Amino acid sequence: MVDFGGWHMPVEYDGIISEHKAVRSNVGLFDVSHMGEIVIRGPQSVDLIDSLCSNRAADLQDGQAQYSGLLNPQGGFVDDLLVHRIASDHYFLCVNAANQDGDFAWISEHNSFEAEVTFASGDYAQLAIQGPQALATASKLTGIDLAGMRYYWFESGEFAGVPALVARTGYTGEDGFEVYVAPGVAVGVWQAILDAGAEHSICPCGLGARNTLRLEAAMSLYGHEIDSTTTPYEAGLGWIVKLDKPAFSGREVLAQQKEQGVRRKLVGFEMTDRGIARDGYRVLVDGAEAGHVTSASPAPWLGKNVGLCMLPAEHARPGREIGISIRGRSIAARTVRTPFYKRTRQ
Amino acid sequence: MNHMKYPAEYRYTREHEWVQVDGKAATVGITHHAQDQLGDVVFVELPSVGAKLQAGGPFGAVESVKAVSDIYAPISGDITEVNESLIDAPEKINEDPHGEGWLVRLTVADINELPELLSAEQYAEYVAAEADG
Repeated sequence: MVDFGGWHMPVEYDGIISEHKAVRSNVGLFDVSHMGEIVIRGPQSVDLIDSLCSNRAADLQDGQAQYSGLLNPQGGFVDDLLVHRIASDHYFLCVNAANQDGDFAWISEHNSFEAEVTFASGDYAQLAIQGPQALATASKLTGIDLAGMRYYWFESGEFAGVPALVARTGYTGEDGFEVYVAPGVAVGVWQAILDAGAEHSICPCGLGARNTLRLEAAMSLYGHEIDSTTTPYEAGLGWIVKLDKPAFSGREVLAQQKEQGVRRKLVGFEMTDRGIARDGYRVLVDGAEAGHVTSASPAPWLGKNVGLCMLPAEHARPGREIGISIRGRSIAARTVRTPFYKRTRQ
Repeated sequence: MNHMKYPAEYRYTREHEWVQVDGKAATVGITHHAQDQLGDVVFVELPSVGAKLQAGGPFGAVESVKAVSDIYAPISGDITEVNESLIDAPEKINEDPHGEGWLVRLTVADINELPELLSAEQYAEYVAAEADG
């Protein structure tokens, strides 16, 4: 168990490798109750969100979710988050545990839209069911038409006998669902999911597998790929930037980056020589230090050692030979396209 | 918890290595506790035969999916053999840390360093205390 933002959480249950493979081949269950929730209500809720976030919440319909960036005026990330539209005057944000207090303060401070902003993390536990058998597992527990639910849509209803919000979202690169329930009933729901998934060899998964799964899928982790000094364009997240919105925090910097290009950029790499890169290791280009590793690890499904690194834009293209400084030696690696892993859709 | 008896004839470090001494020859590995904390071991970096180890000095690394652990020499000496089988089967360290998962063999430079190390009983107490702390 480790302390993670004040939460006592397991890094692994059976072992990271077996948990990781269970999610890729069958189904895994994660307790991600540490994630924060913020509720925004009022007729101008969408204007508040769109003034602070890079993506366009106004595009959402009831029951639809969107990945977005809560940005500071410099275009850096206050946090990355999921915006769920429950109704035109009611939004549900899922944010990172470590940033939730700052996010709430930031949104409240900039609330010139008479919206009601509520810190709701104490009201929700979150369980993530992820993997090719997630649908079969979760469908046994609810009357919600999960098979008919599209990716990045959600619905409120009964799940395992309790009120829940069930979203077809995840952080593993697999199909799956994230289920939000009241903390008091979460243990019962956890057990019900394990029972329902038993026939699919469901496996409880910890933070370790969550990290290796998201890394194979090249999804960003706050504090690693993105932080207050990294913009969406630098992090390869240009698709969550809607410059045609009239105004939002960070827009000027982003418009300039869009026009002039970024100086540094995130790029994936895989080790070509024996060695495992790790977060924070230095990256060498032509023998000279050029950047740093933001996240890296063995990729259990791919059987390779992979990572993401921030490099000057001119080097951040696939197919370049680089070196990773490991215990004082330069070990060979090559930049590659991301994601490292992409599921084949049924 | 997974209880395993630490071999009484081995000596142990506070950095979780073990050493088995037989005359001038010593075998070094990491303990059951060390591998349990690391999880699935996927990579081992060891020096070459002939390298000189200094007691307490780092001489390589054992890596799991989630972490890197430097390994320290329990005792000074010259490496005579490296467990090459770990390159293709690092999981031996998880499966049999006190046996098949040994790391290096060496010629002991100074046998007087040995009593400085923990006995099996002391090491077990040390691990238990660490877990409570």
